[in-house]
Amino acid sequence: MPLTGLEIYKLLPQTNCKECGFPTCLAFAMKLAAKQAELKACPYVSEESKAKLEAASAPPIRLVTLTGEGTQIEVGNETVLFRHEKTFFHRPGLFLRLRDTDAADELKRKAAEADAYHVDYVGINLGLDGFAVEAASGDPAKYAAAVAAVRSVSKKPLILIAGAPELAKAGLQSAAGTRPLLCSADVSNWESMAAVAKEAKVPLAVRAESLDSLAELTQQIAKAGVEDLVLDPAVGGYLSSLERLTAIRRLALKSAFRPLGYPTITFPGSGDGASETLLAAEHIAKYAGLIVLDTFDPAGLYPLLVLRQNIYTDPQKPIQVVPGLYEINAPDAKAPLLVTTNFSITYFAVSNEVEGSGWPAWLVVTDAEGMSVLTAWAAGKFDAERIAKAVKISGIKDKIGHQRVIIPGAVAVLSGELEEELQGWQIMVGPREAVDIAAYLKAMWAN
Amino acid sequence: MPLEIPKEKWAGKVREVTLGATKDQGGTRARTLTVGGEAALPFLHHEGALPHQTVLGLEVRDRKPDDWSPLLAKVWGEAISDPGAWAKAAEAAGADFIFLTLSPTQADGSPNTPANARQVVRKVLQGTGLPLAVIGTGQADLDNELLVAVAEEAKGERILMGTCEDKNYRTLVAAAMANDHLVQSKTPMDVNLSKQLVILIHDMGIPLERIIMDPTTGALGYGIEYGYSVMERLRLAALQGDSMTQQPILVTPGEECWKVKEAKVGEGVPGSWGDWERRSINWETTTAASLVHAGADLVVLRHPESLRLLRALVNDLARPAQAA
Ligand code: B12
Ligand code: SF4
Repeated sequence: MPLTGLEIYKLLPQTNCKECGFPTCLAFAMKLAAKQAELKACPYVSEESKAKLEAASAPPIRLVTLTGEGTQIEVGNETVLFRHEKTFFHRPGLFLRLRDTDAADELKRKAAEADAYHVDYVGINLGLDGFAVEAASGDPAKYAAAVAAVRSVSKKPLILIAGAPELAKAGLQSAAGTRPLLCSADVSNWESMAAVAKEAKVPLAVRAESLDSLAELTQQIAKAGVEDLVLDPAVGGYLSSLERLTAIRRLALKSAFRPLGYPTITFPGSGDGASETLLAAEHIAKYAGLIVLDTFDPAGLYPLLVLRQNIYTDPQKPIQVVPGLYEINAPDAKAPLLVTTNFSITYFAVSNEVEGSGWPAWLVVTDAEGMSVLTAWAAGKFDAERIAKAVKISGIKDKIGHQRVIIPGAVAVLSGELEEELQGWQIMVGPREAVDIAAYLKAMWAN
Repeated sequence: MPLEIPKEKWAGKVREVTLGATKDQGGTRARTLTVGGEAALPFLHHEGALPHQTVLGLEVRDRKPDDWSPLLAKVWGEAISDPGAWAKAAEAAGADFIFLTLSPTQADGSPNTPANARQVVRKVLQGTGLPLAVIGTGQADLDNELLVAVAEEAKGERILMGTCEDKNYRTLVAAAMANDHLVQSKTPMDVNLSKQLVILIHDMGIPLERIIMDPTTGALGYGIEYGYSVMERLRLAALQGDSMTQQPILVTPGEECWKVKEAKVGEGVPGSWGDWERRSINWETTTAASLVHAGADLVVLRHPESLRLLRALVNDLARPAQAA
């Protein structure tokens, strides 16, 4: 748990020598607590205090990194229970489970399809983070071949689900050159699994049904020399997931309980009859670090990827685009001109629609402080004056041979005022929803 | 060394609000629904009493909607043109309550009227024994006319009436008071605005046990994170004892999700969006499920399959925790 300024002060020399650049040790301690200064600025702090301060400043939930070939994912290092308290930092990894009981061709096909999957959401390219390859056959040679098959079509990070040391070693051999998560150690095999993980220098997942035994195991394994751990609390359905993952997060953050200060892994496909998609959604909102899906279905994956993006958006910074003039489909002097706001979701709703329609068009994006059309309008950030100003400074006048501008249907009320502000321009009221823009242009935009 | 899991101790709890009235209580509903009463964060049963399950409603329109997704039109079939039959179908699909929304115009294009609204409400009350919510068109002047008539027509049924917004709540609240109904207090995703409107409405004399707040929902991908966090903050404030945030929360993921492109459009969209119908239902249910976790007490959906999926979720979450 982070120390308070006063607690830090007690560990400092308390001589007020000012060499750190602050008038007193206390002032320096306060800055340290606020993370606005670094300990090394004080040359006189004792080794003992240094160790204590460093231990206290280690993140309450360890950051664990998995790497593939030129790809990586970091999970953990979260600091809050509720996103509004600050933000959630490391989006949980979404992995697809594959089993070595599939024929090599089938495995490759499944992995290649899922590897290629990507979807655009407000200009961000989203996809799966990697594959969890399971040694379901129990045969090390088969397992090694399966991991190699997956690697032959994907460079993404891997999770090796191999519950016995020979299997783990076989998988690790095929995964050489990457840093997969080894999954998992439990009360029966932890010593041998820890030895394998330690030797290969890879993170290890630890599985137990109760949090008590989980905490005991992680302490033993940490002592055995494996530092990067991931907790598998063997969650079942919606309620047991919520209870266990919340308990782990609280113990880590509120009680600074190190044995459970690691990211978690969940398998929503084995959730006691729960819908895999809805259970994965719960895991995204409530505290999973890695989520292993059993099914690859774009219709379920797309909403999960978007949810993850939304929940992990920094509440202090709405996602916005740069205001200005945007060209869509190589517009010419006759192409229509539309205006919108610089809230990412709004901008992409409009630009995707226009782009998809094939219409060449000009789009003036006004600086509405990252707000949607109606929100900005209600907040006075998308009014006639601002729109007129944006149109004028965009330089669009020299690029088009007409003076017609289409405004969002939601702010039809602005058209009168806008006519005043943009003398000589014809203000056209577009449809309310971006989906209807193509039909609207077809009906209303006469060249 | 049994672990001690940190528990929160809360000073406050959410108010209990009852929707619907049975014969003995002066109405005609087959059952009533009580929501709220939470003395802990969502589903953390070991921290405090969570006496009532999250309830699920289905939205029914007073007339066949023009702009609903063809997927919804398909699944409701004929019933979509007859509010009584639609309500009955919604009951058969497993709804806990019916969320009837009025339209500005009637099916023939003429403006909606108080007489028509009365007739629709009567039909729905006859078509189902479930508790009812009746929500206006969103046009203030028209709503004041329609909802006063609705309140009278449903007198004693303890319906939920809406939408009360900061610019338009007086007439609705007065009508609800005169006819023993509840009101929905809706504000745009802001903790303080939520509180303020509850205060204004309560100041008119309606008891807090008859106010449900709607903090406004954004669909997945279209601002869900704002509503989600406002709800979490409202619930935390309620538990910390901030009286004017202690109203049960209603959310409308059905309405929000079915207007976005992902649910509305089946053709000409990227292949990576997946199967249209499954995607739409996943859109509605992942939005709804997230809001359930953020503290929703009443959830209004549009697709019966979404209701089925959410039912499994809220049933499981309501199960009292097994002894540790
Ligand atoms: C999320 C949200 C917020 C978020 C802001 C998110 C953001 N960055 O903008 C927060 C919580 C901060 C917020 C705040 C407020 N909000 Co607000 N908010 C919403 C909400 C729920 C969704 C808005 C949204 O993101 N929509 C999605 C985007 C993509 O929609 P859009 O920008 O309109 O774009 C669509 C169309 O307009 C069209 N389009 C866009 N551009 C163009 C261009 C052309 C040419 C065409 C043809 C079409 C087109 O395409 C898009 C897709 O179809 C709406 C209610 C709702 N469900 O709509 C209320 C809403 C917009 N908010 C409202 C209000 C009043 C406010 C506040 C003033 C409240 C307050 N007093 O604090 C504040 C204002 C902000 C401030 N002062 O800081 C009201 C506005 C009412 C009105 N008509 O005046 C609404 C409608 C809620 C309501 N029913 O009361 N809000
Ligand atoms: S340098 Fe160290 S001892 Fe000197 S004032 Fe700063 S904190 Fe105190």
